[in-house]
Amino acid sequence: MLIYSNWKIIFVFSICLLSIIFVIPNFYGKSEITSFPAFFPKNQFNLGLDLQGGSHLLLEVDVNSVIKEKSNDIVDDVRVSLRQEKIKYKNLGSKGIGATVTIREKEELNEAIKILRKKLDKEINIEKAEDLKLNFTFSEQKILELNNRTVEQSIEVIRKRVDETGTREPNIQKQGDDRIVVQLPGLKDPERVKSLIGRTAKLNFHLLDPTTVELAKQRGKLPPGTYKVANADPTAYEKEFIVKKRVLLSGDRLKDAAATVEPQSGRYVVAFEFDNRGAKKFAKITTENTFQRLAILLDNSVISAPQIKEPITGGQGNISGNFSPEAANDLAVLLRAGSLPAPIKILEERTVGPSLGLDSIESGKKALIVGLLLVILFMFLKYSLFGIFANIAIIFNLFLIVSTLSLIEGTLTMPGIAGIVLTVGMAVDANVLVFERIKEELLSGRSPINSIDLGYKQAFKTILDANITTLIAALLLFNFGSGPVKGFAVTLSIGIISSMFTALMLTKLLVILWVKKIKPERIHL
Amino acid sequence: MKPILNISQNFNFNFFSIRNISFVFSIILILLSIVFVLKKNLNFGIDFIGGIMIDAKFTSPPDLDILRADINNLSLGNYEIQEFGSPDNILIKIEKQPGDESKQLEAIKKVKEILPENVDYRRIEYVGPKVGKELKVMGFKAVFFSLLAMFIYIWFRFDGWQFGLGAVIAVIHDVITTVGFFAITQIEFNLASIAAILTIAGYSINDTVVVFDRIRENITKVNDLSFIKLLNKSINETLSRTIMTSLTTLIALMALIVLGGQVISGFIIAMIWGVLIGTYSSIFIAASLISLLGYKSKNNK
Repeated sequence: MLIYSNWKIIFVFSICLLSIIFVIPNFYGKSEITSFPAFFPKNQFNLGLDLQGGSHLLLEVDVNSVIKEKSNDIVDDVRVSLRQEKIKYKNLGSKGIGATVTIREKEELNEAIKILRKKLDKEINIEKAEDLKLNFTFSEQKILELNNRTVEQSIEVIRKRVDETGTREPNIQKQGDDRIVVQLPGLKDPERVKSLIGRTAKLNFHLLDPTTVELAKQRGKLPPGTYKVANADPTAYEKEFIVKKRVLLSGDRLKDAAATVEPQSGRYVVAFEFDNRGAKKFAKITTENTFQRLAILLDNSVISAPQIKEPITGGQGNISGNFSPEAANDLAVLLRAGSLPAPIKILEERTVGPSLGLDSIESGKKALIVGLLLVILFMFLKYSLFGIFANIAIIFNLFLIVSTLSLIEGTLTMPGIAGIVLTVGMAVDANVLVFERIKEELLSGRSPINSIDLGYKQAFKTILDANITTLIAALLLFNFGSGPVKGFAVTLSIGIISSMFTALMLTKLLVILWVKKIKPERIHL
Repeated sequence: MKPILNISQNFNFNFFSIRNISFVFSIILILLSIVFVLKKNLNFGIDFIGGIMIDAKFTSPPDLDILRADINNLSLGNYEIQEFGSPDNILIKIEKQPGDESKQLEAIKKVKEILPENVDYRRIEYVGPKVGKELKVMGFKAVFFSLLAMFIYIWFRFDGWQFGLGAVIAVIHDVITTVGFFAITQIEFNLASIAAILTIAGYSINDTVVVFDRIRENITKVNDLSFIKLLNKSINETLSRTIMTSLTTLIALMALIVLGGQVISGFIIAMIWGVLIGTYSSIFIAASLISLLGYKSKNNK
């Protein structure tokens, strides 16, 4: 019958009390919370980017480019090794992943394999194919390892670059095999961050070939070992340069970089400093090639091509392109953070301005309060006293949703708020089911106590089945959704579960306590 | 204390006498939905087809014709300009630019350049075609698997595939007509729309399960009724609850549509439709389907 053991009463009230306590930290700022006593919960829910404003970026790392680079390395290694051993070969090349070569003389084949096996990385497979052809392939494990490393390095570099912009609490995570999610709350200038994140920023030092572009044009061909590179500044007088292919020194060896103003000219330049090894190499280059022109390439366009006036032994130098203050600063940031191991693409971008976020919070609050009051009023009009019991459940349901969200430090989004408001409307369902059932039992002539007892018993199975099917939809939504939609699935799922608790435990307890105290002869429902 | 609002408890409608009418009505709704989806197509948001969306708030309502001409001059392909909530809030949608991602960022920059300095950019979104395709597949999968999971759960709990299939057909009916609703109203179909569809599916199945649950109970309890009458009795007995829950849910949705802001309004309008159609299908379609599918109970005279 209607028995509620004492421990059960304590359990229900403690849950309700806890739900209130866990809501409290959300009213305080992050710094105020640290001064709370140790036993007090400090978990808060987070505001989604759609509520606090900010940028969400989905990036794809071109991991294949690293494999391609490695494949080109194989080609180079094979060429050098076979030439050294004077083994004749043909058709050496790479088609994206891996490489192939054909040995000319049959007698030299085994010798070639032996040498190459020694030279090449262990993870590269050497396979004999038809007609003295050798295939060089990567093991799947190697490819996977390379991909993982590339993505992880990219995340590192992106994190450094984002940190340089002073973004608070960025969230940068790997997603799937080759993707990175970057979440930047409260961003002021998303365009700048995007341009910073998206650039590979490979800095290379080459020598400029003395041949001018005009001369090469007259001759109809470029000098051997050189290639044409565009000027990064399309408005400059020199549109293109002929650059020697060999990379003398790369940005990996940089220790520091900063944007400064050159005192003589008042122009913005980027001052850089090499690490020890880089400095030694730079000294050697500048000593051997004094009076030649150095080409500084960033992502394959020339940003500066100064003449080496004297050997630079201190490992320090300036890049003086035609920089605006911002451009000089950005370049310094990029050089400090290092280059990305592979190019990245921005697949998806969602930026919400701070004003919309504030408006959304405001309208969400209003909708919640009005929705709540209307439902409460309606329940009272329909069920009078029992409506009040149900309304207490609605309010605690709200506390439970917010406290659970805080406990798991979940993210509240605008659709998430909609989910909460919707839950207010839907959460009364369990109580409605019970009340309607009690009413039916009363109409069939049962006593109030009997009717209440039967009402809860009969409605329980219905409530369970009905809510589990709804929960199935909510959980699949969570699995599918991204960002804001996921927030909706979270609040809806929590709401469904907590509404079952409040209806079947809390309201029931209130009803029982009331029945025991009043011992009503008639119930009006 | 007596309740102030007192909806009558003893409903006794004969839903089965109008069964044919409701079936015809539903079939017409479904056909209409399909025709509209095929003819008018869904107004896909950039979530699914890729492209650029800029939501900008002006200090005073801009002249849309001038804005259109300005954007036209940029020759960025297909574009769409509309008011969003208020005359000073403008939504600009531009199709995906040919070329790689940097072209998209360039296009956003170009649009920003022609808009006044003091415009407040509320939202800027860009979705690449690759992601769009993935989201489409994921959305379809989510709807499909949730229907499958519901079917299996109800089948097991109710000891008869007719219950599972009946409930799922009723939900599919709701899903198709909701998609049709998006096609007819041309409300943007985006990620939130998938969320709406799944929530509607969850809501509708919830309603249906309550009715089915009563049918299951009555099968074991009531012996002197034909199966049709038993179904009818079950619907009537649960009717006041069905109406009550729909009403409270609609109240909450009304609060959201009036006060919740423009960003989620499409989602909420779809939800309102979904609650109405879900309630309708639970009352008029789901139970009828069980008998139509040939469920035989021991008192099926």
